[in-house]
Amino acid sequence: MTVLDLTQAPARPPLTRLALVELVELRKMTDTRAGRWLLAIIALVAIATVVVFMAVRPADEQSAGQLFGLSQIGVGLLLPVVGILAVTGEWSQRTALTTFALVPQRLRILTAKVLAAVVLATGFVLLGLVLGVLGRGVGGVLGVSSGEWDLPVRAIGSMLLVEVATVLIGVAFGTLLMNTPVAIVLYFVLPTVWTTVGSMVKALRDASVWLDTNRAFEPLTGESAATGTEWARAGTAIALWMVVPLAIGAYRLMKREVK
Amino acid sequence: MIEVERLTKRYGPTTVVEDVSFGCRPGTVTGFLGPNGAGKSTTMRMLCGLTPATSGTATVLGVPFASIPNPGRHVGVLLDASAQHAGRTGRETLALTARVLGVPAKRADEMLETVGLAGKAAGRRVGNYSLGMRQRLGIAQALVGDPSVLVLDEPANGLDPEGIYWMRTLLRDFADRGGAVLLSSHLLHEVEAVADTLVVIAGGRVVANGAKSDLLAPSGRTFVRALDPAALYTALVAAGLPVLRREPTGDGGEAFVVEAPAEAIGRAAAASRAVLLELRQAGGGGLEELFLTLTGGQAGPATPSPSVPQEALR
Repeated sequence: MTVLDLTQAPARPPLTRLALVELVELRKMTDTRAGRWLLAIIALVAIATVVVFMAVRPADEQSAGQLFGLSQIGVGLLLPVVGILAVTGEWSQRTALTTFALVPQRLRILTAKVLAAVVLATGFVLLGLVLGVLGRGVGGVLGVSSGEWDLPVRAIGSMLLVEVATVLIGVAFGTLLMNTPVAIVLYFVLPTVWTTVGSMVKALRDASVWLDTNRAFEPLTGESAATGTEWARAGTAIALWMVVPLAIGAYRLMKREVK
Repeated sequence: MIEVERLTKRYGPTTVVEDVSFGCRPGTVTGFLGPNGAGKSTTMRMLCGLTPATSGTATVLGVPFASIPNPGRHVGVLLDASAQHAGRTGRETLALTARVLGVPAKRADEMLETVGLAGKAAGRRVGNYSLGMRQRLGIAQALVGDPSVLVLDEPANGLDPEGIYWMRTLLRDFADRGGAVLLSSHLLHEVEAVADTLVVIAGGRVVANGAKSDLLAPSGRTFVRALDPAALYTALVAAGLPVLRREPTGDGGEAFVVEAPAEAIGRAAAASRAVLLELRQAGGGGLEELFLTLTGGQAGPATPSPSVPQEALR
């Protein structure tokens, strides 16, 4: 009988293999009809937000930093859906059968999806930077913008962090629930319910600043630098909405039957 | 190249696959047969490490599937042709596979050519493919890594007769070049023409396992038909020849399957002056009869009939 000699197996370093799988996962997020449309819509929303703001707001409000921040509102709202679909699509389209037959190391696939989502988020932050500078430039030429030009590294860094956290919360929801409609609905409904309940119930008000992503992430992208407590709140919210579901989801993925 | 040993899968109290063992050698096509729900797909998923087995082992090329580095280069797998992203084109689907496997993108185009999906079809989204086209795409995907083992679950589903013929030729060539093929089907004639070895499963258990030629070996039974069935029957009984089955014929007459050589039947008929119309070896239906007997002739999970001694079939 022919036996595979594992010592003679093609020695591809694990890191290169992960990078390769990650590139493939990134491509899988962008090569389907739904994926392409979603990404195009996110980009269009970012552009439209900047253009509308430039058209209606006074010239001195239109700084590059302000336009950059605005461009990311739609991204933060919609990019997590791409993260959700990247994971749940494997189950709804049943491509998991092929994916895990080609790469039996399930956590490697999950890691690759997480990294690919980070790359996408970074890409949209870069797009935002371009829009910010371009918007201010064009606005200057047209005479509608007269705000600051500078884009503080702190603002960019915080925005990147929030964006990455947001998209990964999407990935985490998808990983935990493994079902497209359920993950998307819960992703949008749960935080809103939490915010509403948190603002209504007195006893929860203190806790909600720690556990509500909407409120915990806000100071990070604000005008002034976030305080230590504010960072701690953001970290707690990330742990609750991203780390916990991702960990439970990863465990489920390891155990479950692929069919 | 494939070794399955005492593989068992239980879901709670339900046993879906029980104590299944078989092997696939290089250069052979193994037909994995059984009615729907017999446990074929579950066995194949366990073989590919997608479903954890309750007990037992399955190895491909001597190691568990999940331990093979870059398994697609060694084992081509098609478990469900419909399990493809509907929003991706055929070409893109194969290009992704080629990328994961680390083979040149050119290889994906070659495979599209091989399965007859090159050109316009390759650029269409899989959601617009017919089931037959998805099967072809799935087979192409299994072949992209140039494997030495193929594991295909119901690959002939949805293929037209020409497609089935094409697939047989392809699998025969693959085996003739030294590869091993494990091919499942719930339809006998799809497998009968191409398989060397047969594993028949029913109700989660292997009920027959062996070379096709052995399983289809002459049974020692004879089919006989006479002008006057009643007279022939009397003659057969008088001669002490065991009549196993009486089969009505289209013209209102009756034919018999007898556990005796043709000569003995001919002599018995001659002695009673019965005019014979047909006298030949029984079992012309090939595997069909074997399959129906083994699986109880029903579509659902069946318990193996105790009246069929497994040893007799080996």
